[in-house]
Amino acid sequence: MKNKYSIFSLFKNALSYHENWQRAWKDPAPKKEYDAVIVGGGGHGLATAYYLAKKHNMQNIAVVEKGWIGGGNTGRNTTIIRSNYLWDASAGLYDHALKIWEGLSQELNYNVMFSQRGVMNLAHNLQDVRDLKRRTHANRLNGIDAVYLNTEEVKKFCPIINTSQDIRYPVLGGTLQRRAGTARHDAVAWGYARGADEMGVDIIQNCEVKSIKRSGDTVEGIETTKGFIKTKKIGVVAAGHSSVVANMAGLKLPLESKPLQALVSEPVKPIIDTVVMSNAVHAYVSQSDKGELVIGAGTDDYISYSQKGSHQIVEGTLNAILELYPIFSRMRMLRQWGGIVDICPDASPILSKTSIKGLYFNCGWGTGGFKATPGSGDLFAHTIANDEPHKLNAAFNLNRFVSGDLVDEHGAAAVAH
Amino acid sequence: MFLINCPYCGERDQQEFKAGGEAHIERPKHPTELSDDEWAEYLFMRKNIKGVQFERWNHAHGCRKWFNMARDTSNDEIKAIYKMGEKPPTQ
Repeated sequence: MKNKYSIFSLFKNALSYHENWQRAWKDPAPKKEYDAVIVGGGGHGLATAYYLAKKHNMQNIAVVEKGWIGGGNTGRNTTIIRSNYLWDASAGLYDHALKIWEGLSQELNYNVMFSQRGVMNLAHNLQDVRDLKRRTHANRLNGIDAVYLNTEEVKKFCPIINTSQDIRYPVLGGTLQRRAGTARHDAVAWGYARGADEMGVDIIQNCEVKSIKRSGDTVEGIETTKGFIKTKKIGVVAAGHSSVVANMAGLKLPLESKPLQALVSEPVKPIIDTVVMSNAVHAYVSQSDKGELVIGAGTDDYISYSQKGSHQIVEGTLNAILELYPIFSRMRMLRQWGGIVDICPDASPILSKTSIKGLYFNCGWGTGGFKATPGSGDLFAHTIANDEPHKLNAAFNLNRFVSGDLVDEHGAAAVAH
Repeated sequence: MFLINCPYCGERDQQEFKAGGEAHIERPKHPTELSDDEWAEYLFMRKNIKGVQFERWNHAHGCRKWFNMARDTSNDEIKAIYKMGEKPPTQ
């Protein structure tokens, strides 16, 4: 049983110099057999394990992670959460996640620092204006809060934006989702890990999957760096490395893995109290609670697993940032990094069964998976437990690339991919 | 970010090039006879290899010619560059 985190436990532990906090999760050796194994200990994988244990009564499960939990894309993203997607299927998926985010800190008894500071998407040309207005209407029909702002309203909501009509890509308007915002990415992984561990889930770090054992079209287990683990159900949540794991099972996925970069500035006093994204010039920025500007750049166009992107991608993003926010012109950037994102041809994720019985994939989140973490875990857990997708993720099956029933969020998703 | 030795122009900055994805995916010879599964395989399914991968590149801001490359995607090291129509290197 985990001790409850509260102001009193903080006070109590302060008296012993914070040296006697209870371990948040154990460090077990893998058992011989589990009812299900989740491959990948990022936010999505840990959330999947958490909901499998909590809602589907599957406690004899494990999460295997080749590095440390939350050390991949969970710790590398720009922490933006929103659900203002165009198509009905996406709106259902992402708003399901947003609703869970709203009560997540209480549910996990772990402060994920979810902050509904709003996300504003800018329009820089007439086509942007038409697209964003259309998306605003589509969002409202799906019960998702969205408003369209004209240039003056954009300026009022975020006064540091340069709304001069003389710049190369002038701000013609924007959309605002007030329920959207940010969360602390590490805390999401840690909170889910702690919650899952409490219910008996084994979180096994430094354990890389080497092969998937099959008998005919049924999975039998996984060979790992810590030995063979027998299981009937394998849920793969390996983000950029999904294709690598799929190849072990003899499957091909419609994915390309590419480096996506982000960077943060030196910390400064509060200057931007929302998240502003721009599709056309590809720049998005928010400010962390530490005061750093968190800036998201784009993906490179070539496949790479190197976690390093090209310099010109960062340069292009900073050009756009400086035109929109001249006030940042003398800021210094502290850190820059890359993560490997797995991108689907239709820029929508895959949460699906496969042609192999007992093998499930949750992948293809591309450049925007963090926002969906709780919803993705919940729906993937449902899919694994019932061997059938939930109605909210039914459209995100692997077979859509055969049937042609794609969920084409390229461009429509309000962010460049 | 790396340098690419264009077979027509010589060594140039990667910024001048456009990646064209996996190479040697053959266009179906009889498209009308293809099943949906075969179309999916041709259009969408990719090896997405971590390791040495054969891929197409275009010198978009140079000679604008296409060529092939063998590149290790785990560290971006270029192993070989060869022209369109040529067989991939075996080593």
